[in-house]
Amino acid sequence: MFEYAPAPESRDIVDIKPSYGLFINGEWVEPLGEGRDKTVNPASEEVLAEVAVAGEADVDRAVQAARKAFTVWSAMPGSERAKYIFRIARIIQERARELAVLESLDNGKPIRESRDVDLPLVAAHFFYYAGWADKLSYAGFGPSPQPLGVAGQVIPWNFPLLMLAWKVAPALACGNTVVLKPAETTPLTALAFAEICRQADLPPGVVNIVTGAGSTGAAVVAHPDVDKVAFTGSTEVGRLIARSVAGSRKKVTLELGGKAANIVFEDAALDQAVEGIVNGIFFNQGHVCCAGSRLLVQESVAEELLDALKRRLSTLRLGDPLDKNTDIGAINSAAQLAKIRELSDAGEAEGAERWSPACPIPDKGFWFPPTVFTGVAQSHRIAREEIFGPVLSVLTFRTPAEAVEKANNTPYGLSAGVWTEKGSLMLWMASRLRAGVVWSNTFNKFDPTSPFGGYKESGYGREGGRHGLEAYLAV
Amino acid sequence: MVSLESFGLVGDAGAVSTTTAPLAEVAASNSTLRAFLHGLPGVDRVGADARAAMLSTRSIKTTAKKQAIDLAIRMVDLTTLEGADTPGKVKAMCAKAVHPDPTDSSVPSVAAVCVYPDLVATAVQALGGSGVKVASVATAFPSGRSSLDVKVADTALAVAAGASEIDMVIDRGAFLAGDYLTVFEQIAAVKAACGSAHLKVILETGELSTYDNVRRASWLAMIAGADFIKTSTGKVSPAATLPVTLVMLEAVRDFLRTAGRKVGVKPAGGIRTTKDAIKYLVLVNETAGPDWLDPDWFRLGASSLLNDLLMQRQKMATGRYAGPDYFTLD
Repeated sequence: MFEYAPAPESRDIVDIKPSYGLFINGEWVEPLGEGRDKTVNPASEEVLAEVAVAGEADVDRAVQAARKAFTVWSAMPGSERAKYIFRIARIIQERARELAVLESLDNGKPIRESRDVDLPLVAAHFFYYAGWADKLSYAGFGPSPQPLGVAGQVIPWNFPLLMLAWKVAPALACGNTVVLKPAETTPLTALAFAEICRQADLPPGVVNIVTGAGSTGAAVVAHPDVDKVAFTGSTEVGRLIARSVAGSRKKVTLELGGKAANIVFEDAALDQAVEGIVNGIFFNQGHVCCAGSRLLVQESVAEELLDALKRRLSTLRLGDPLDKNTDIGAINSAAQLAKIRELSDAGEAEGAERWSPACPIPDKGFWFPPTVFTGVAQSHRIAREEIFGPVLSVLTFRTPAEAVEKANNTPYGLSAGVWTEKGSLMLWMASRLRAGVVWSNTFNKFDPTSPFGGYKESGYGREGGRHGLEAYLAV
Repeated sequence: MVSLESFGLVGDAGAVSTTTAPLAEVAASNSTLRAFLHGLPGVDRVGADARAAMLSTRSIKTTAKKQAIDLAIRMVDLTTLEGADTPGKVKAMCAKAVHPDPTDSSVPSVAAVCVYPDLVATAVQALGGSGVKVASVATAFPSGRSSLDVKVADTALAVAAGASEIDMVIDRGAFLAGDYLTVFEQIAAVKAACGSAHLKVILETGELSTYDNVRRASWLAMIAGADFIKTSTGKVSPAATLPVTLVMLEAVRDFLRTAGRKVGVKPAGGIRTTKDAIKYLVLVNETAGPDWLDPDWFRLGASSLLNDLLMQRQKMATGRYAGPDYFTLD
């Protein structure tokens, strides 16, 4: 009837170098070791660039550069630091289209999301924390809160540039310097950010970017001259990091996994709840730590809601991430795809009913169709473990108390969503859910002014808002 | 199950073949109607606005755009509803409706022309056997502030003059006062007066203020026998908006499922550009579904839109924009 013709965003706007070094002390340098890694476009498996793998000696160089720069940066008046951060924010806005394309190429997320969600939020975070730089005395942490020193930051591949912004913006605003390690599958926007730091004339060494995989991250975290460790990623790695810094002076914030409940009551605005469910679990292919991966629906509307949800899922458009009409992009890596497959197969084996809309899958690249499991029990692995993919587990409940009990019955506690038109029930639920964020009649909404972080095994510390400053101040 | 005829409120009940049996009992009294309409799931304004905004980012290019432009032209209800309308003005508009672009015979005709009742005969004569339908507003358009007798007579006049579609307005005062039965009875009575003519029920969503009200008014109109539900008269601002149309499309989609009868949707007023029109088509495609992408089930009430569609169509064909003087003003 009305087929949307391909509407690809042009990739000519990005200039990817064949090979990247490390960004240390404001310069591109070659790694001391021989290590090289390749980053691929997950939608085509095409190699995008070769990236250096930083060893311990490289990390040491980066930390030393950051230490040296800390003297200059921390002594600078907040209003001066703010100028640099505002400048970075403006450059990000100016180069937003390029960065969005680069993010979609390297990560596989649809351009609609990188363009309309990631990049506006990235710029907003820098603008927001730039504003705090000269107002730290009024942040509620004493009359003259001091920075910590060198922050070692390790970020994930699901929102590469946004996670960089969450980490780098508050660190710089508070007067810290940074050694950042992007994820090995998505280093390109962080490397583009290094160029932006140069473009903004940021003093050398204030931001250092070292690429590599787990061992590079471990070296950053373990370096004795790092004062602060910030990590976003899996609970498994978070535990390793917590162990490695235990007993040291290092301050730590961890933002880890989740298995969020998205709770729909019978009086909810159903059409918008369906949108919220879709946004909760299929946004960014479900590669979201706070994804609403467990749908808890009141039994009295379960059938109606699931029918509506399935109808809606049939309209999702899976394919080329650079196509402006794509809703579901590629899975970030072969390893992640294997994990999603393994858990989905386990769901089926445990007796849950699996459903996906008719959805052609491209031949090349890593793809997983939007998938819904119904008849899921609390004891199933797909209701307990974080899948980190476009897979929704549907459970039902009868009463608000049961909804709370089921929602909280998880080792995680990052986020939750509640859908009801009844204000009193909303507040009753919000006060009982053990989750860092409770979304009210919405899901996956982010704002730099709002603190974000978890309960229980979802981590500790808060990022964003005034609270996010605390992680980068000696308080 | 109680049938509608037993209410004795639909005049020649036999003529109301489209009234929906599965929902007939809800119109038994104002309280049953109220219970039903207030029992519909709510609409969250923030969520509905966000969904409409997301769909309006769809990028419709090349072949899809070409297809969309022709479809949009075929869906236009070319409208003139001015106090200053004359037979001459209406005849000119009818000529345009049949051949929107006299230099290009591949341009399809629009769906219908929409005029005041006293000009229906002129339009019918001017359109002859062209296939373009004549729609007439009726029922004390645009305010709807008159007696039921006058509204029925207004409708009958238009139908007698040859209108094949009637665009009626609901009594917004009665609706906002919670007197749903009055609104229902008026729609049912006008439907009866329509005979074989199709009834479009204008909700005037700009005066209903909430999306919950839009949803309730949509269902009320459909239960009462509407063939189409239409956003606006064009005389109140805001007229058609994407989120309001989204809510109405959800209503017709759900009504088909519940009652087994398909109802059309017509946003009207404020749709001026091809870009706007395409956003509406995307909204239809991804809300009610492709089954509604047909002039029988979706219309665009507009006047200046047509020239923009023609301009974009020509641009697609030739690669160049012609100046506005190359498109007729009728």
